[in-house]
Amino acid sequence: MSVRQEIATPAEADAALRAAIRQREREAFRNRWLLLAPAVGLIGCVGLLPLALTMIYSFLEPGTYGGVTWSFSTGAYEQFLFDRDLFDETILTFNPSYVIIFARSIFLALVATVGTLIVGYPTAYFIATRPRESRNLWLFLITLPFWTNLLIRTYAMLLIIRDEGLVNALLMGVGVVNQPVGILYTDFAVFLGLIYSFLPFMVLPVYASLEKLDFRLVEAAYDLYATRWRVLRRVVIPATRPGIIAGCILVFIPGLGAYITPELLGGGKKLMIGNMIALQFGTARNWPFGSAAALILMAMVVLMLFVVMRRSGRQMSHG
Amino acid sequence: MSSDDGLIEIVNVTKAFGTGERRFLALGGVNATIRKGEFFTLLGPSGCGKTTLLRLIAGFELPTSGEILLDGQEIGHLPPYRRPVNTVFQNYALFPHMTVAENISFGLEMLNKPKAEIASTVERMLALVKMSELAGRRTDQLSGGQQQRVALARALAPQPKVLLLDEPLSALDLKLRKEMQVELKRIQHETGITFIFVTHDQEEALTMSDRIAVMAKGNILQIGSPSEIYNAPAARFVADFIGDINFIEGQVVVAGEKTAQIRLPGGQVLTARASRPVEGPVTLAIRPEKVGLRHADDDDVPLSGTVTNLVYFGSGTNVHVDVGLGADIVARATAPKVALGDRVGLDLHVTDLSVLAE
Ligand SMILES: Nc1ncnc2c1ncn2[C@@H]1O[C@H](COP(=O)(O)OP(=O)(O)OP(=O)(O)O)[C@@H](O)[C@H]1O
Ligand SMILES: [Mg+2]
Repeated sequence: MSVRQEIATPAEADAALRAAIRQREREAFRNRWLLLAPAVGLIGCVGLLPLALTMIYSFLEPGTYGGVTWSFSTGAYEQFLFDRDLFDETILTFNPSYVIIFARSIFLALVATVGTLIVGYPTAYFIATRPRESRNLWLFLITLPFWTNLLIRTYAMLLIIRDEGLVNALLMGVGVVNQPVGILYTDFAVFLGLIYSFLPFMVLPVYASLEKLDFRLVEAAYDLYATRWRVLRRVVIPATRPGIIAGCILVFIPGLGAYITPELLGGGKKLMIGNMIALQFGTARNWPFGSAAALILMAMVVLMLFVVMRRSGRQMSHG
Repeated sequence: MSSDDGLIEIVNVTKAFGTGERRFLALGGVNATIRKGEFFTLLGPSGCGKTTLLRLIAGFELPTSGEILLDGQEIGHLPPYRRPVNTVFQNYALFPHMTVAENISFGLEMLNKPKAEIASTVERMLALVKMSELAGRRTDQLSGGQQQRVALARALAPQPKVLLLDEPLSALDLKLRKEMQVELKRIQHETGITFIFVTHDQEEALTMSDRIAVMAKGNILQIGSPSEIYNAPAARFVADFIGDINFIEGQVVVAGEKTAQIRLPGGQVLTARASRPVEGPVTLAIRPEKVGLRHADDDDVPLSGTVTNLVYFGSGTNVHVDVGLGADIVARATAPKVALGDRVGLDLHVTDLSVLAE
């Protein structure tokens, strides 16, 4: 429908215009959905469906040889916090071991996030202040580790920090120590591994926001008597906060569910959530509990994301 | 070298960018003295080094050679945060994550001023630039003119000895620009702070400045009051850059102390003002509005010719006259009673006709 020239009254003209606008909105709406359809389909099949399955499994009972038996139970969730008495099924005693694993995972992921931030921020700053032509080369170097499989990279790390590895050979060769320092299979080894594997996830978003930073703001701050440190704290970091938040999310969340790194470098002794869940689907043969742990992890992540988004959103709108 | 009222002295300052093959001399030996409390303008075409000179004074660049003195102290090698000089940036460079008031208080906080003093200064600055109502606004929610005012208040708040302004009005539309020109003058008057103002708009320079330095290709060609620059340009470039002007080539026949007699190719002899003894071939310059239109047969007119063109522009008409010198001479009059093809005489008064230096 189009607005014709010979329409008689203003009211008719208004009505025609409104109809034309409605028509256009309908078309825009249809186009939007057509564009979104592939993504929605994919997320539905490989995201929501497995999630629904996990949700169902978590409310069933474990089968003796793995798998599930189809009877409803909240046992998996109870097991997360309590031990069931061997003789009297109604007696529950608090068992903190899984909570401890969660706490340690959160702690390790947090420390790794802070670590990658401390290493990654200066790196990103360095790249962002290079001449435009050489920045791509530096970015390429940052993403270079992605060319090798994470498993292999982690294994290489293991070779470096183990008792007979490069680090200890060096330390003993120089004479700093005369016995190998036990790095491997400690929280510190996991921490190192996490920083190593997640560093690019911090550098890239921080770089993206640093690159957009208007360096005239830095000049303005210098001009207004801010020393280097204060320019960084008062202007550069606040202006790149979105990149920092994105980087922290990108490191913290996968860090929380990391599997390979704690498995290899923590020696399976120092369990993180990821290993604990994997264990349930493997040797422990407790699929419902594995599913429940996975869902609890997800709920925690969603909650944390929600809090971070709300807080950073508020900061954005209130300065 | 130092004069009584010189606040800033720029002594033989050069600035080169790049090295080797790509070395580029952006400033080639600049000398200037900027007086306390004046509105000093750097005027020149794009790329002549105005911004570079300003950045050297602010401390964002270091001079390749030469000295910059403030109150007799060498400041040319201090970092920006050690110079009592503030800048209003061309694109304002307001901190986007801070409110208007926070932007203005930034410099005072960095100087570790007491809280009460900061609060009262910020309030005063807000009032000065008429932005008190918008103190709590974020700067990205301001119009161009409002951002301009905040940038000004932010730079003035720490009470610098010198305020540097790099084409602060160029992003504004014409009407706002005229308004801000008046505002800037008022603010400069009220605060008494020395302003160094950069523009490539000659009209803006003429209306606002106490003194103007005209720059070209990394050099200052002339420093003087607007009327000196306009009426007695020292160089052909200066004369040409500012307003419309007629050039007349000739040979010096008699050189006096303040004046010289110049013979034109057509044999006519003109008397012109010369600031120094001159000889050989020279160029004379005269503004169109200073060229008087007379009857061709008046016996004391030095030049006469035919009207070739009449260009009306509202407040007056430009009369183009061919006097046989190659280029036409333009006379500006409010309501000339001449027609195309008329023969007219041109009156070139000695005080308005000056001999250019080169
Ligand atoms: N960082 C730099 N590196 C190399 N050349 C530069 C640099 N900064 C300025 N130049 C050159 O120095 C010359 C003067 O530049 P400047 O910015 O001072 O000009 P300007 O008079 O401010 O011009 P505009 O009116 O266009 O702002 C220009 O030719 C410019 O290309
Ligand atoms: Mg400039």
